[in-house]
Amino acid sequence: MNISAMQQARVAAPAAATTIKMHTPEPSFQEREFAGTVGTVTVDNPKIVSRNVNVYYGDKHAIKNVSLDVGANEIVAMIGPSGCGKSTFLRCFNRMNDTIDSCRVTGEIRLDGEDIHNQKLDVVQLRARVGMVFQKPNPFPKSIYENVAYGPRIHGMTKNRAELDELVQLSLEKAGLWEEVKDRMDQPGTGLSGGQQQRLCIARAIAVSPEVILMDEPCSALDPIATAKIEELMDELRANYTICIVTHSMQQAARVSQRTAYFHMGDLVEVGETSDIFTNPRHKLTEDYITGRFG
Amino acid sequence: MSNFSDPASPAAATARSKRATDLMRQGLAARHRAERRFRRYGLIAIVLGLTFVLFLLTSISATGLPAFQQTYVELDIYFDPEEIDPEGTRLPKTLSRANYAALVRSTLRHYFPEVSERRALRELYKMVSSGAGFELRKKVMQNPELIGTTETIWVPTSDDVDMLVKGHIDRHLPESERRVSDQQIAWIDQLMARGKLEKRFNTLFFVNGDSRQPELAGIWGAVMGSVYTLLVTLSLAFPLGVGTAIYLEEFAPKNRWTDLVEVNINNLAAVPSIVFGLLGLAVFINFFGLPRSVPLVGGLVLTLMTLPTIIIASRAALKSVPPSIREAALGMGASKMQMVAHHVLPLAMPGMLTGAIIGMAQALGETAPLLMIGMVAFIVDVPGGPLDPGTVLPVQIYLWADSPERAFVEKTAAAIMVLLGFLIMMNALAVYLRKRFERRW
Repeated sequence: MNISAMQQARVAAPAAATTIKMHTPEPSFQEREFAGTVGTVTVDNPKIVSRNVNVYYGDKHAIKNVSLDVGANEIVAMIGPSGCGKSTFLRCFNRMNDTIDSCRVTGEIRLDGEDIHNQKLDVVQLRARVGMVFQKPNPFPKSIYENVAYGPRIHGMTKNRAELDELVQLSLEKAGLWEEVKDRMDQPGTGLSGGQQQRLCIARAIAVSPEVILMDEPCSALDPIATAKIEELMDELRANYTICIVTHSMQQAARVSQRTAYFHMGDLVEVGETSDIFTNPRHKLTEDYITGRFG
Repeated sequence: MSNFSDPASPAAATARSKRATDLMRQGLAARHRAERRFRRYGLIAIVLGLTFVLFLLTSISATGLPAFQQTYVELDIYFDPEEIDPEGTRLPKTLSRANYAALVRSTLRHYFPEVSERRALRELYKMVSSGAGFELRKKVMQNPELIGTTETIWVPTSDDVDMLVKGHIDRHLPESERRVSDQQIAWIDQLMARGKLEKRFNTLFFVNGDSRQPELAGIWGAVMGSVYTLLVTLSLAFPLGVGTAIYLEEFAPKNRWTDLVEVNINNLAAVPSIVFGLLGLAVFINFFGLPRSVPLVGGLVLTLMTLPTIIIASRAALKSVPPSIREAALGMGASKMQMVAHHVLPLAMPGMLTGAIIGMAQALGETAPLLMIGMVAFIVDVPGGPLDPGTVLPVQIYLWADSPERAFVEKTAAAIMVLLGFLIMMNALAVYLRKRFERRW
């Protein structure tokens, strides 16, 4: 009964997206303490607008009525303790949650004003516009060249081999990997070091010229030097792309992002300018987290 | 107990940890003993297993190896025009109907001129295989020029002579208890002394179909039957099995119906194979009216039998592809079909191939379902296609094992060796393919 009711709600979601809010029967202490997001969720020139997003894994309510905007050419960091739903929320932006059977998403997410849950919008096209870099470097077990060329090839973005070669080189240059791999393009991408693999994944993502890049803890499997390189790269990429990054490292969030969103138990607790959040947190939970009292 | 009255005190903590260390040390010896005992059990099991395998292989080879040799007798055949083609027409019809056995007989009479009594002559003639005449006919049909010339030809002896030469018939037994008479033994010894009787490599075994005469019976008919059957099985079971696995694993919604399908597939893998034979008889032969005894129907039945194996192996192979690769492909904007075709399938292919070859090996050794669809028939001709009546290797082994002639004992063992050879080849291929296509990620 409950599930079918939810499904009906999902069908009705585009129309009445703003009103769906589930209350668990026994809210935990921290949940009861929580009352709405602190800070402004909106920005002046938004690239992505999300309103009242709810995500359910079966009966588990993983994201609770979260609204957050991502401005064009800015880096938004999402932080929070493990299991707080920040990755789940990130994956809503390119509908990667669709691949999980038990997962349902309600609410409204707009990319350049276009509803991404619209029937007319093909998820394939959405994912070409919103690229993703994952926690664990996951290059295809193919050559470095094939890894980068895969996206342009399936989307038919280049007319001939020369164009494709150029695009591959450009992408690798943007990802700061070209100098390191230009002599071994036909070797498997899986043979690179962890940091190089992750940069290869970034090159692969930007090869299809996305507008937004989602990064799900891109440095958690890397050493500090590789991490520094990726962070530097993100700063360069900001000129052309909008970036959302989920991270466990508060220092990283402070270093790379312009705005930071703090998630807790599926709620978006506080959003604000990164400098404000880390120097002057307004919510008790945010303060506890960034001062290292839990998490 | 008094030591532990205050569990927080440092003295109590030290005492506790000392006691724990002592207890651990006592238990350690027992743990090591248990491990050594287990290793010994494992070693014993392996040694026993290897002994039995060795025993099996030795026993089969010892019985079967002699079948790769056959006793031949050298005959100086005069292709007598009077006998073959008295009118000199050289028509194929005449040539094919001539009495070639008479040529063999006249040569034998020529070898032993002293034999004149009818009964003794019949015994003499019986020493050469009835296949000798067919051999001569084949030669003349190919080359009619031979008529009128004399040619030295090695032809197979009868199975009794062969058995005596190979020592399977004891010449010291009383004459009434063996199939070769004293007179025949004397002739054999004479021929051997003259160098006209010897054991040679048995090509007939590898090129002939089945025969009632053990010295003419060959494995080729069964090999070709097996090849056609397995071709049908492979070309149906592999695409179907892989397709099913991909659909169930990647596309089908996970609900009660797919669970039911999955349970049924797993159960099908455990159904006794003869049941599939009954199904094949009822469906393919009785309902669809396909001919009996043909490799096509055999292949269809074995397809039904192998499908569950291939589906289960393919699903396991698909499951073992890391989800990160799927996410990467989907995150790039690949459609589900592209994700499967470009990334998941190539990575799962080695596992699928291994599963398919193991399924094929199982099908190669299957007898029971084929009995039900008539592939157990005595078929002399080598099948030329999947619609010719035929039999398969294991059924051929079964048929020969059932035959009364002594010479079929070694044929049976030799056929088993051929079958095992094919199985080892297929398994080696499976290992090779796995190593060849395996990719690290």
